[in-house]
Amino acid sequence: MISILRSIWLTFLHIFHKRETVEYPEVKPYLAPRYRGRIVLTRDPDRNERCVACYLCAAVCPVDCISLQAATGEKGRRHPEFFRINFSRCIFCGFCEEACPTNAIQLIPDFEMGEYIRQNLVYEKEHLLISGEGKYHGYNFYKHAGVAMGVKGKGEGDTEYKPVDVKDLMP
Amino acid sequence: MNYLWIILGVIFIALSIAAGLIWVERRLLSVWQDRLGPNRVGPFGLAQVIADTLKLFFKEDWVPPFSDKVVFTIAPGILMVTILLTFAVIPFGPEFCVFDSNIGVLFFLGNSSLGVYSIVLGGWASNNKYSLIGAMRASAQMLTYEVFMGLSLMGVVMMADTFSFSEIVEAQRGGWFILPQFLGFVVFFIAGIAETHRLPFDIPEAEGELIAGYHSEYSGMKFGMFFVGEYLGITLISAIIATMFFGGWLGPSFLPPVFWFLLKTFIFIGVFILLRASLPRPRYDQLMKLGWKLLFPIALLNLLVTGAILIFL
Repeated sequence: MISILRSIWLTFLHIFHKRETVEYPEVKPYLAPRYRGRIVLTRDPDRNERCVACYLCAAVCPVDCISLQAATGEKGRRHPEFFRINFSRCIFCGFCEEACPTNAIQLIPDFEMGEYIRQNLVYEKEHLLISGEGKYHGYNFYKHAGVAMGVKGKGEGDTEYKPVDVKDLMP
Repeated sequence: MNYLWIILGVIFIALSIAAGLIWVERRLLSVWQDRLGPNRVGPFGLAQVIADTLKLFFKEDWVPPFSDKVVFTIAPGILMVTILLTFAVIPFGPEFCVFDSNIGVLFFLGNSSLGVYSIVLGGWASNNKYSLIGAMRASAQMLTYEVFMGLSLMGVVMMADTFSFSEIVEAQRGGWFILPQFLGFVVFFIAGIAETHRLPFDIPEAEGELIAGYHSEYSGMKFGMFFVGEYLGITLISAIIATMFFGGWLGPSFLPPVFWFLLKTFIFIGVFILLRASLPRPRYDQLMKLGWKLLFPIALLNLLVTGAILIFL
């Protein structure tokens, strides 16, 4: 009996509490930098595409929403010929970002991707590729990779040894 | 001519309050749940009423092929008619009453009993187990609570020595009946919640267990009639409480009597919504036990003591 009246009174006191509602279109919510939203393809500090078209993102994608085709440019550098993400399928799990060896594919804190025509949710490479570096600044995959791609010579990186001449017997 | 205006005025006030309650309830509930509620359509979201009504009108009005079609169709109408008829005997102000009946209280009690038919017939005609269970619960609940709903008002009737609502209001010039009839007020209030089957006593519809209870199969404006009928019921019970226990349209004269009446009514509508925001639904047998074993004896005791005091003092 008393507890019923007490709960009525306590509910009544909620008039003076702060509202929890965020009035969304006017007030934007804070999204952490690691929020998993729209997917972008980034460039390295030299403004070259980071993506090397290794297909790992497409392989790991649980809903198969990523499709791409590798191509080889001059100097033998791989890049995707096309890169297509179907955002009507994407579940924003971020596995592609985890799988990416070159930090090319990244999820950014933007979720306002509503469309009236479903076909508009299929993003091509020109929609995905941004001109900046995304979340990982100064990272260039070919500075750490074992292959020479004009960024550094073979074996000249900070963390690697000079290449070994396998036909030489000298230590 | 004057008569026509009063009838139109009462119908207009009752229906617009009932429709407006769609918005009021959602806003008040959100206030008590730390939310904002509908505030987008029009100023303060007031046009939400129009949006909701239009939505109800344009919904498909589906009559299930397995139902008893005639009864299914007239059931929601019975609810509206019985409640709207009762508004005829309620004095909104001095001279502002459609039919100042000398048996007003009995008329109200009789009509609220007839309202059970709407729910029982609606649930029965739906030919659906959940509807039927809801309807059976509604009939048991409303019959139980009607018994002492009438008894709790009899104390006021004895003190005012009349069944007419406007004479009961006049009898409260010396002091509102809430003080001498406090027990009657409590019992009537609880019975009123059960009679309008509002939360926490919404056992006939109990969406957690019965989908929507007796109106599971209803859609479109037929559902809308049950919906508005429920709000009309709240308004009616609040108006009766204001009339019987809180002096009706009596109040300081710097504002018109109708204002005082509507103010008191709205306070009780707010309490109804506050109850919905704060209390959980009891189990069915708990509701019955509360009715027969606690409220019924209290109502009888109240009647006995009031009668004894009126005779011997």
